[in-house]
Amino acid sequence: MGNISLNQVTKSFGDVQVIPPLDLEINEGEFVVFVGPSGCGKSTLLRLIAGLEDTTSGAISIDGNDATSLAPAKRGLAMVFQSYALYPHMSVRKNIAFPMKMAGIDETVQNAKIDAAAKALNLTDYLDRKPGQLSGGQRQRVAIGRAIVREPAAFLFDEPLSNLDAALRVGMRLEIMELHEKLQTTMIYVTHDQVEAMTMADKIVVLQAGVIEQVGSPLELYHAPRNKFVAGFIGSPKMNLIEGPEAAKYDATTIGIRPEHLTVSNTEGMWKGIVGVAEHLGSDTFIHVHETGLMDMMTVRITGDIAAKHGDTIYLTPVADQMHRFDADGLRIA
Amino acid sequence: MSRAITPQKKIMWTAFAWAFGLLMFFPILWTFLTSFKTEAVAIADPPVWLFFDWTLENYADVQARSNYPKALMNSIAIAVGSTFLGILIAVPAAWAMAFVPGNRTKDVLLWMLSTKMLPAVGVLYPLVLLAKWLGVMDSRILLIVVLMLINLPIIVWMLYTYFREIPGEILEAARMDGAGLKAEILYVLTPMALPGIASTVLLNIILAWNEAFWTILLTTVDAAPLTAFIASFSAPEGLFYAKLSAASMLAVAPILIMGWFSQKQLVRGLTFGAVK
Repeated sequence: MGNISLNQVTKSFGDVQVIPPLDLEINEGEFVVFVGPSGCGKSTLLRLIAGLEDTTSGAISIDGNDATSLAPAKRGLAMVFQSYALYPHMSVRKNIAFPMKMAGIDETVQNAKIDAAAKALNLTDYLDRKPGQLSGGQRQRVAIGRAIVREPAAFLFDEPLSNLDAALRVGMRLEIMELHEKLQTTMIYVTHDQVEAMTMADKIVVLQAGVIEQVGSPLELYHAPRNKFVAGFIGSPKMNLIEGPEAAKYDATTIGIRPEHLTVSNTEGMWKGIVGVAEHLGSDTFIHVHETGLMDMMTVRITGDIAAKHGDTIYLTPVADQMHRFDADGLRIA
Repeated sequence: MSRAITPQKKIMWTAFAWAFGLLMFFPILWTFLTSFKTEAVAIADPPVWLFFDWTLENYADVQARSNYPKALMNSIAIAVGSTFLGILIAVPAAWAMAFVPGNRTKDVLLWMLSTKMLPAVGVLYPLVLLAKWLGVMDSRILLIVVLMLINLPIIVWMLYTYFREIPGEILEAARMDGAGLKAEILYVLTPMALPGIASTVLLNIILAWNEAFWTILLTTVDAAPLTAFIASFSAPEGLFYAKLSAASMLAVAPILIMGWFSQKQLVRGLTFGAVK
């Protein structure tokens, strides 16, 4: 089980409404990612689902039962926090056992589950240590272990990888994805990192100022962003958004072209510019182009390594069927 | 980058630290030495340091002339009693201020602290009248209540800063893990708050133990603690330095020993939780 549905849910802090009426369906077994810039309300939304914040109005139901005013403990959800939020005075074993102890589960069953979780998360050797004696990655694994043993209806992750260094983050990302494949439990994952969103999600919910800008699979969002905000937010490097006369040629207020959908030439092309900085990643080259007369700086992504240095003149041509058009309200023109 | 520390610098600073430490400790050391001298040696000029006939007669005299065990028991009762009464009131207060602060919480805290700036002598007269009217002059309960009131702002402040250090997410995690309010307090909050409560208790026992203004003024015989016991040796017919020293040593010894064994917690308490 693990269907969660939000019906006209709002949240206000005092006079400030951070989440205007919002509807959302999360299906059983889905990996849903809430993504958006900081302050967009994604964490608040997760905390509303968790029950850590009271909903101001509207209804939240979990597996068809109204959970709007249910205490967090009663919702059958498990949460993994950014700060890990382990109990510092308890050993790893006791940390993992805590939710089972609260549920009054028999101790032999507890131990079997702890051992299984510890084995799955490579924590067997650390069961008797305190959280303070563990590395960041290990602590996050303990937090995940503590969530797993509850066998929750859904897992809630609140930016769980933000405190880890880059290399560890990629590893933990894979571990969480594998966990999802194995358990097939609903997971809701909050992040500001669109790469995490793209790689992990079945369904991405893009939020801005408490409003859902678009819900869809990563590729839907990539290929058919509903508006300028989603277009700019999803994809790395960011989509080039061009306004003015050049956009008018295409009957649009704004046209968008992703860096990977531009071809370059030294001799001819649609747009002319000067190379500012070229970032050579080996597999790809990102070229930042100035003085195109279209926008401050355009970014081009070329597969492989090409020779381009500061001050070179360069010609860019968009791949025609990969251009996105937006109207005066910033909405996509089909 | 760490600052370079040359051996010379290190020796210099070590010597300086020792000199400063000894300077601070000197009055206690001198009292200790004087307590083993005869009255004549005690006032000798130039002062005699170590080479005199060490004697225990001052201690015997002090014991004979006054009731040390009674004063000791009074001190313990007053210090421990006022501290625990204070903790009983301050824990819920600090709790509320740390976890469910209102708009005026900061103002309340500052106001509480400001009462510490009131000169104690300003409330002496009304307090004495009140105590007399209630018929509790020279009683332990009066001192327990008065010292509790005097130290309450400090107790609340200390506990507040400790409670503030407990991350809210851990409490939320407990709630997510299925803990009700009772389980949350019992298994998560209390164990995390205990070290803070312990150092607060320790520091306040010492503060109450050393408090001299109220303990001397509000007691005569029955409830007189060690502070009054020391004061009783500065008699009108002249000071008996050696006996006074012996009495002082007897009075400070228990708290000195307690302080020595709990140095670590005390330092943490004195910094109000500023360093970990």
